Amino acid sequence: MPLIKFGAHSHDKGAQFVEDPFFFVPDGKAFPEEKGVIVTLARFQGEKENLFTHHAPVGVRLASNENPQVLKADLPRLAVIVLEFPKFRDGRAFSWARMLRTRFDYKGEIRATGDFLFDQIAFMARTGFDAWEVRQDFTLDEFHRAMTEISHPYQPAPDGKRTIRELRATQ
Amino acid sequence: MYRYDEFDARFVAERVAQFRGQVARRLSGELNEDQFKPLRLMNGLYLQLHAYMLRIAVPYGTLSATQLRKLAHIARKYDKGYGHFTTRQNIQFNWPRLVDVPDILAELASVEMHAIQTSGNCIRNVTADHFAGAAADEIEDPRPIAEIIRQWSSLHPEFSFLPRKFKIAVSGSPNDRAALKFHDMALEIVKNDSGETGYRVYVGGGMGRTPYIGYVVGDFVAKADILAFLESVMRVYNEQGRRDNLFKARIKILANALGPDEMRRQAMVEFEEIRKAGTLQVPQEERDRIDAYFAPPVFETLSDEMPQGDADFGNWLKTNVAKHRAPGYAIATISLKPIGGVPGDATHEQLDALADLMDRFGMAEIRVSHEQNLVLPHAKKRDLPAIFARLKELGLATPNAGLITDIIACPGLDYCDLANARSIPIAQKISERFADLDRQHHIGELKIKISGCINACGHHHAGHIGILGVDKKGVEFYQLQLGGSGAEDASIGEIMGPGFGKDEIADAVERVIGCYLEVRKDGERFLDTYRRVGMTPFKNVAYGQDLHAAY
Amino acid sequence: MAAPTPQMLTANRLKDGDVLYWKSGAWVESLKDGDVFAEAAPADAALAAAQAYVGDNVVVNPYLFDVRVAASGIHPVKEREIIRAAGPSVRDDLGKQAADPSLRPVPRPVPRATQPKDDDVSI
Repeated sequence: MPLIKFGAHSHDKGAQFVEDPFFFVPDGKAFPEEKGVIVTLARFQGEKENLFTHHAPVGVRLASNENPQVLKADLPRLAVIVLEFPKFRDGRAFSWARMLRTRFDYKGEIRATGDFLFDQIAFMARTGFDAWEVRQDFTLDEFHRAMTEISHPYQPAPDGKRTIRELRATQ
Repeated sequence: MYRYDEFDARFVAERVAQFRGQVARRLSGELNEDQFKPLRLMNGLYLQLHAYMLRIAVPYGTLSATQLRKLAHIARKYDKGYGHFTTRQNIQFNWPRLVDVPDILAELASVEMHAIQTSGNCIRNVTADHFAGAAADEIEDPRPIAEIIRQWSSLHPEFSFLPRKFKIAVSGSPNDRAALKFHDMALEIVKNDSGETGYRVYVGGGMGRTPYIGYVVGDFVAKADILAFLESVMRVYNEQGRRDNLFKARIKILANALGPDEMRRQAMVEFEEIRKAGTLQVPQEERDRIDAYFAPPVFETLSDEMPQGDADFGNWLKTNVAKHRAPGYAIATISLKPIGGVPGDATHEQLDALADLMDRFGMAEIRVSHEQNLVLPHAKKRDLPAIFARLKELGLATPNAGLITDIIACPGLDYCDLANARSIPIAQKISERFADLDRQHHIGELKIKISGCINACGHHHAGHIGILGVDKKGVEFYQLQLGGSGAEDASIGEIMGPGFGKDEIADAVERVIGCYLEVRKDGERFLDTYRRVGMTPFKNVAYGQDLHAAY
Repeated sequence: MAAPTPQMLTANRLKDGDVLYWKSGAWVESLKDGDVFAEAAPADAALAAAQAYVGDNVVVNPYLFDVRVAASGIHPVKEREIIRAAGPSVRDDLGKQAADPSLRPVPRPVPRATQPKDDDVSI
């Protein structure tokens, strides 16, 4: 799937289509020759050291009901966390992304996959996502539009965007 | 009241443009209905039986004359000349066209109104005591914190796709006129031993299929900390609220599954972290800034004597005028419950005329109550005869506030796609049956609340007499519940037994009232008598001989 | 063997929410003008054909509902569809009934036998 990623994980600057440097390896399948794999949480917990030793960089893909705090100790070594949206209504990943950025100060890539709406992209960027697996015909224009529909937020979020209250204070 | 600055204005304007784009994408097919539905719901737009329905936010139930006029205009231009005030202090229009809704939202934005988050699995309109800023028993006006919460919750990136809807209410008085304990979360302004004001926070109340009374999750949360505290509870809910079963997805289920101790513990973990980070603190300057918007009008020094009037005026005073904290002033309830009328409906002419009345008497605000009436919070006593006379001309002076004909009813099967039975005709029947004012006063305070389905938008669980419409093999039946209360003595009504047919329910209510009048002790309201004697005496009379025969 | 219950097909128009009824491959606004299906097969065929209108973003949520045929005309069985065809029962100046009072519900008898006998509190 096409992948859009921020250059640095805040603001709209530098959003690009990039080649995905990772392979998602489903449970039960063998690892590929190439380096850079993403696995499910269960597989990661079962084969952790093997993964880091032979297949790094490593990423973990979490289902929406899997709380990232179980990965706390491993986060410094994880290059990417993929958060699933099984259905766009399932908004848990917004909290997981926030937790990763704010509680655990996670600096790696947080990637969205699954059934999410264009209209959720801005919320995702605010809560700490910086990469999106998008549909085939998705364009950067659409992405830019999603990110700029609402200029200023009311509430603070991990993206550090200045809130309306902060802007008021500077007037 | 709050006034938008350039940021607020830009926010709603951008939101309108965003929705306009979403509607265009829906009409072109770029979005299918399943994808569009959550987006239109987050702009308050439902698809109901006959047409779309637009629910417009009235933050903490406060409106200006300008806003009333705009609502009247929208009713005329885009709808069928009337609006409906709801049990969450909002207003609904029943006939807008999808293609017109972006224009309607643009018109609303021009008077600092919107329909943001009045539906959907997000934080809904924050409701407040409709006597806020005026009541004699108030510790502090709860609307400034309601406004702070409104801003914090608007397009919150983390909490826009919750397991289910989330309703917050605030009150500044020990007499709970906002039904705090039936909300997902609620704030009661309290004073601690040092005399500081802060918030007692309740969680886990709710109506619907499984009603619950909320419990205290924060005994005293300091003002500076309140958003951090709310965010912590929201986070626990977003992470753990059930997503597998629509009927178990509200926070009341989680709050009761975890229990108060565990809920508090988890919330405190989040709270400590957020508080330490400091980004959600509400500093004194910000509180002062918002408080300033809600400063009451300058109260003149006026005689506290109530002017004389005729018998009709006297009747109206008995029920529809409440004590104000400033001498010479009063709080006037405008009844939207004419005998035999549709509860909570107002015509465009009435809305315009009320705006004129507000201007004539120098009133900046009107309130919507969750009991589907309107309120003039700062009426001068000396103006009351003239106000009453004008309301009477407009059909808005029914002297029944708090009495049996002051019925709350959801739109029900006459309008609503979710309903199982009609509720409005039942309200009308009961209203007509008990029209006689002397009889109403003889009965005294009696809150009848009617819902057309288990979603309980009519708040029937909190009715002294609650009525739930059900569908039994295609026929409308009505279950009675007794002894509910939405006040600080919150209780969930007890179900009496099998339902009554639509031609029997008014009789059943009459029998129940008859029983009350027979067994009550001096000064007891219906609710008090019920709590003393229980269900049995009422049940015995309700299912009279004739009704039993039908079974 | 009992005859199948006659049915009709309805939907809401996307752009204005108006109630529509299926007739001969297209939509009409009055229940009186709609097709009545005496058998399941043509009813299901119509429902399938209606999906094209969903895909074309003309209507939303087409579905079949039961009607009864009486001397007074075709009437929905369920209260919900009676109200949907006519308008709110509490405002005869609103909805389709405003222009066509003949759409207003015809009171029908509820035979004793169909009244519930037991104590179950439904819901």
